[in-house]
Amino acid sequence: MSILVYAEHDNESLKTETNKLVHAASAAGGDITVLVVGKNCGLVAQAAAKITGVSKVLVADNVAYAHQLAENVADLVVELAASYTHVFAAATTTGKNFMPRVAALLDVAQISDIIKVESADTFVRPIYAGNAIATVQSSDSVKIVTVRAASFDAAANDGSASVENVDIVKVSEKSSFVSAELTVSERPELSAADVIISGGRGMQNGENFSLLHGIADKLGAAIGASRAAVDAGFVSNDMQVGQTGKIVAPNLYIAVGLSGAIQHLAGMKDSKVIVAINKDEEAPIFQVADYGLVGDLFDLLPQLEAAL
Amino acid sequence: MKILVPIKRAIDYNVKVRVKSDNSDVDLNNVKMAINPFCEIAVEEAIRLKEKGIATEIIVVSIGPKAVQEQIRTGLALGADRAVHIETDAALDSLQIAKLLKTVVDKELPDLVILGKQAIDSDNNQTGQMLAALTGMPQGTFASEVLVADGKVNVTREIDGGLQTVSLTLPAVVTTDLRLNEPRYASLPNIMKAKRKPIDVISAADLGVNLSSNIKLLKVMAPEQRKGGVKVADVAELVAKLKNEAKVIS
Ligand SMILES: Cc1cc2nc3c(=O)[nH]c(=O)nc-3n(C[C@H](O)[C@H](O)[C@H](O)COP(=O)(O)OP(=O)(O)OC[C@H]3O[C@@H](n4cnc5c(N)ncnc54)[C@H](O)[C@@H]3O)c2cc1C
Ligand SMILES: Nc1ncnc2c1ncn2[C@@H]1O[C@H](COP(=O)(O)O)[C@@H](O)[C@H]1O
Repeated sequence: MSILVYAEHDNESLKTETNKLVHAASAAGGDITVLVVGKNCGLVAQAAAKITGVSKVLVADNVAYAHQLAENVADLVVELAASYTHVFAAATTTGKNFMPRVAALLDVAQISDIIKVESADTFVRPIYAGNAIATVQSSDSVKIVTVRAASFDAAANDGSASVENVDIVKVSEKSSFVSAELTVSERPELSAADVIISGGRGMQNGENFSLLHGIADKLGAAIGASRAAVDAGFVSNDMQVGQTGKIVAPNLYIAVGLSGAIQHLAGMKDSKVIVAINKDEEAPIFQVADYGLVGDLFDLLPQLEAAL
Repeated sequence: MKILVPIKRAIDYNVKVRVKSDNSDVDLNNVKMAINPFCEIAVEEAIRLKEKGIATEIIVVSIGPKAVQEQIRTGLALGADRAVHIETDAALDSLQIAKLLKTVVDKELPDLVILGKQAIDSDNNQTGQMLAALTGMPQGTFASEVLVADGKVNVTREIDGGLQTVSLTLPAVVTTDLRLNEPRYASLPNIMKAKRKPIDVISAADLGVNLSSNIKLLKVMAPEQRKGGVKVADVAELVAKLKNEAKVIS
């Protein structure tokens, strides 16, 4: 068995999702190759070569892959996939975008968003916003799998794999990159943070999110949000936690002024410790919170910041 | 311009599904069903393109048992012109759905196919991308803005780091994210009118698509329940518990 792991990165740094993917792949067994697709991504490839358990790193470094457009990436991965029994990618907006194309072009199914590897052909994945957990077995010749990184530990970084260039270039004339508006933040990313503090509709507006900043700074936390807060324009979409946003599992998740809708819980209920701050003691978020504090967030947040 | 909108009948998003006691699947008996919310957004986007004079015809298509005609009627009442129902009782994977949708694309030759990004039952997030690959179309997934002009569509996508805009030549596949629009409600006169709009019913078995799946559902379990914890009296008690009991802050 041989597994191709698609590296998650932004051309500059390798994301910890990749270490988690490698850990998931090692549970399936077999030889692990990491594929780095991008432009000027040499440093990423070097970092990937250090992940424990990786035997080879393939780098496709070309302007065609600068933005990892699904059409180009999928055609590349399809060509490489012939030598592998599995392809694993993170269930991020990158992996979700190109992997189903790979599966369709190979005429196999995709198994989305797995949280556990039972064996080389059997995987566990949540369905219905995490209200049911399915175990599925695939008899496809190559298994195309996206992985919920938050559910796996990260492989360590004491390896030394060889790095090889791949000079297959796939360019679709039908799709091109126009622009990106990326959020710049000094804080840790949601998917990598040990502590997350999230605000909901109860924050009332975007400015009030600054009440979370001081606390986040003291805890080294990332800041998240509910869909309602994103929809109301308080904060940007990349901060959304939930079924259809980011799935996180930090050591500590502090939910402020959000009710705990099924779709939000789907994104954070595997956090180790959950704290809820809400003025409604009946709010469903308290049913999953380890520590609940009932009260007005506008009184409690300044107190919390001072107490830390 | 012709727009095809595939819609899925799914559990209503407010309903919390239960697992069957024999762990074979979830129990959908007497559960409220609806159009998958992302598909509703897809229908709405198509209607807005028609209202702007960009689209001329909207066709909704749904694959599933007879009951999906309920959701097809809703799509027609919202403003679609006609519908295709591909009838099957089989439980299909996204790959088979995409292959069946391809037969409709090949016949209807739409300029744009707008799907939901994800069905909230399977949580697959696959069909649009698979259909794009099978038909050789470019794709704009997780769209929060769709602009059609000069034979192209510019799609702004919600990605993990923020937003990304891509330009696609038509015909293209777009999948919707929640912020793309807010779907309207169907008015009573439109619900009445929808009853007379045509639905073309085709048997899935007649489309020459292999409907067997290589994925076997072994079991479905209820998730581990989190035990509700304690209420703390004030911030001081919270901080003390986080430090000394949970040991998650220092
Ligand atoms: C298909 C679909 C997908 C979705 N995906 C997601 C998703 O991925 N993530 C997500 O989050 N949602 C998602 N949603 C939306 C979800 O259903 C809820 O609408 C949303 O999570 C509610 O956000 P909220 O808790 O911030 O708002 P509300 O439910 O309005 O809750 C606000 C809370 O703030 C409290 N509050 C108000 N003022 C104060 C105060 N001064 N002090 C303390 N507490 C206060 C209130 O008591 C209340 O509990 C999705 C919905 C659909 C249909
Ligand atoms: N049975 C179906 N009939 C019509 N469209 C479907 C069906 N299943 C999925 N789709 C479309 O594909 C989208 C994504 O579904 P999925 O890939 O299953 O998460 C949905 O929002 C629909 O637009």
